[in-house]
Amino acid sequence: MRRTRAAAAGAVTVSLMTLVTACGGGSSTSGGSNDSPKTLTYWASNQGASIEVDKKVLQPELDKFEKQTGIKVKVEVVPWSDLLNRILTATTSGQGPDVLNIGNTWSASLQATGALLPWDAKNFAAIGGKDRFVDSALGSTGAQGQDPAAVPLYSMAYALYYNKEIFADAGITKPPATWDELIADGKKIQAKGKSALGAEGANLSENIHHVFVFAKQHGADFFTSDGEPDFTNDNVVAAVKQYVDLMAKDKVIPTGDAEYAQNQSVSDFAKGNQAMLLWQSASANLESQGMSADKYGIAPVPVQSGTPGTGTQVNSAVMGINLAVFKNTDNIDGAKKFVKFMTGDAEQKILNTAYSSIPPVKTVQAESVFSTGANKVLKDTLATSAAALPQVADESQFETAVGTAVKDLFADAAAGRAVTTESVKAALEKAQQQMPTK
Amino acid sequence: MTTTTAAEAAVHKTPSGAVQPGPRRRPGRIRRVGLPYLLLLPALLLELLVHLVPMVIGIVMSFKELTQFYIRDWGAAPWSGLDNYKVSVDFDAPVGEALLHSFLVTVAFTLLSVGLCWLIGTAAAVFLQDTFRGRGLLRALFLIPYALPVYAAVITWVFMFQHDNGLVNHVLHDQLHLTDKPSFWLIGDNSFWALLTVSVWKGWPFAFLIVMAGLQNIPGELYEAAALDGAGMWQQIRRITLPSLRPVNQVLLLVLFLWTFNDFNTPYVLFGKSAPEAADLISVHIYQASFVTWNFGTGSAMSVLLLLFLLVVTGVYLLLTSRGRKPADA
Repeated sequence: MRRTRAAAAGAVTVSLMTLVTACGGGSSTSGGSNDSPKTLTYWASNQGASIEVDKKVLQPELDKFEKQTGIKVKVEVVPWSDLLNRILTATTSGQGPDVLNIGNTWSASLQATGALLPWDAKNFAAIGGKDRFVDSALGSTGAQGQDPAAVPLYSMAYALYYNKEIFADAGITKPPATWDELIADGKKIQAKGKSALGAEGANLSENIHHVFVFAKQHGADFFTSDGEPDFTNDNVVAAVKQYVDLMAKDKVIPTGDAEYAQNQSVSDFAKGNQAMLLWQSASANLESQGMSADKYGIAPVPVQSGTPGTGTQVNSAVMGINLAVFKNTDNIDGAKKFVKFMTGDAEQKILNTAYSSIPPVKTVQAESVFSTGANKVLKDTLATSAAALPQVADESQFETAVGTAVKDLFADAAAGRAVTTESVKAALEKAQQQMPTK
Repeated sequence: MTTTTAAEAAVHKTPSGAVQPGPRRRPGRIRRVGLPYLLLLPALLLELLVHLVPMVIGIVMSFKELTQFYIRDWGAAPWSGLDNYKVSVDFDAPVGEALLHSFLVTVAFTLLSVGLCWLIGTAAAVFLQDTFRGRGLLRALFLIPYALPVYAAVITWVFMFQHDNGLVNHVLHDQLHLTDKPSFWLIGDNSFWALLTVSVWKGWPFAFLIVMAGLQNIPGELYEAAALDGAGMWQQIRRITLPSLRPVNQVLLLVLFLWTFNDFNTPYVLFGKSAPEAADLISVHIYQASFVTWNFGTGSAMSVLLLLFLLVVTGVYLLLTSRGRKPADA
């Protein structure tokens, strides 16, 4: 009996100690150590069609890494919807993974927390040097003038995916190169009873990516050069209105898409119900939904006129995933080795092929396998006509505020309410007022 | 009448008042008296750690300028005094205006949801009071929404509320022709009604369960006597059932109010991190302020304001409902 009581008291004490330790974060300023050199924890973002697919892709590579280095990597694939909150929680508690994937648009926001290892010249040297990576990918790794907070892992860009059969039925011989052409083609497609263009009207990030491109095409930015929000700029308003008008006025996006937020537009396209889709690196996703590569074509995202390029001819955000290391890792050397492994030529080829993304490593990107079909369009876009989203500390807040404004405008359009320049401006003004003041 | 407590009995006083040691306590007595407190200690410590400490930290945070720049070392965030509170209650500025809107939506939603849950739950419990064939099966069926995991249940509603392929539009528009065109339920103004529907659907079985338990305690003789006196069903409900259920209902309504007002899971699963304006409940609104836009200081201030509001409402409610109640030992 006495032994039982002692054991119970011990268990309670240990539980409390664990809880106290778990709650004890928040002030960890450690610069990392090598206290745990044989293991690493890795949070991978969900890149494939499902978490199981990701595990199947990653596990053989992690086993290879263990064989090479003796370091066991415990991987957890985190859904996108949870990833940012998980990172924030880990940042606050100091109890995060050693290595993690971050969306490249979050780089500057997460850099501001000070939790991520800065990739200075010494750290870059440990993984083969900064020069190995293409410039467009490096442009989304942190605020300008600071050491990057992460290393590029997968690069992606938006493209126009179109259904060849629906286009042929509508008598369209080539994909639209301008928005006017897209609208005209959309009418022909709708006349044949098919949906023209898909969108994810309730997905804040998707909204941001598209209105960012439209803003670039109108020669505008959402932030001034000194990082202040500039959402009510006339050109920004015109850009947002043009995107929402694809549903409200031009009616090429079906009103039902206003509530899409879970990639339903990709499913619509894969099922052959919809002729066009603006998406980033969708091939693997479409294949997993039963749409073979010969059923669809890939073209650059339309521009206002002419051909894609820099400045107002930008037609995609630089999308992608970066690899970051938590500054307080207990295996700093192992973490760098892992980053070197994952950004090594061999792994880059395997992983980017599996995820139908483009390698941000110059030597691998130059390989012929990434210069054909879909990859060629994406690669050319990244090289010539993609721009990085604002690398400001408030990027995350910007995604929420403006993404919500666009979501609400789509809801207005779906409900048949007029979307006017004034209503767009009012929505963006409200979004701007919600941004943190400095 | 005077009584002697156990503690007083353990000492003897001399006529001069000096205390002499009493009879030596048996060693087991201390253990026997102290054991309950010892057993309660882990629960008290956990309560302290899980509720009180975070609450105090939240209050401290509400006085700080806490953004992503300080999240890693929140103690170092600069003090902002009452700024976060001023921003939250400045109803002419966007943050305060949005908070007020969210608060009003939540009040309307809570009143409707609690009222409907109570009404449906009570009606169902009264209906199942009489024994009849299949009563057990119906009881089990009625409890299913309460027993289902919230996420699974609400995500099913998300599918049903889909504009193009959802069951709700299929029934209302395609089959019953009650609407001119398929409606949007997850965006726009209808989102409020979608949210209310799901909330009532999963909330009323709890009211049903509690009222049903309360009904078990009403003696059958009261109804028999009332029936003999010629009281009909409505009179019996009005004169016997409802007054007898008063203590149960007082607790039930308070619990339903608190749960519904703070409900986070239902709106979050239905609409995600950015709810439509019409269904912008305060719990998700505060979550968004804190964890989506990373204004942790402002989010904490909003939480404290919400806590104060709920404390006041609960206090007033308890005061009103306890008025006139006789002490148990009277």
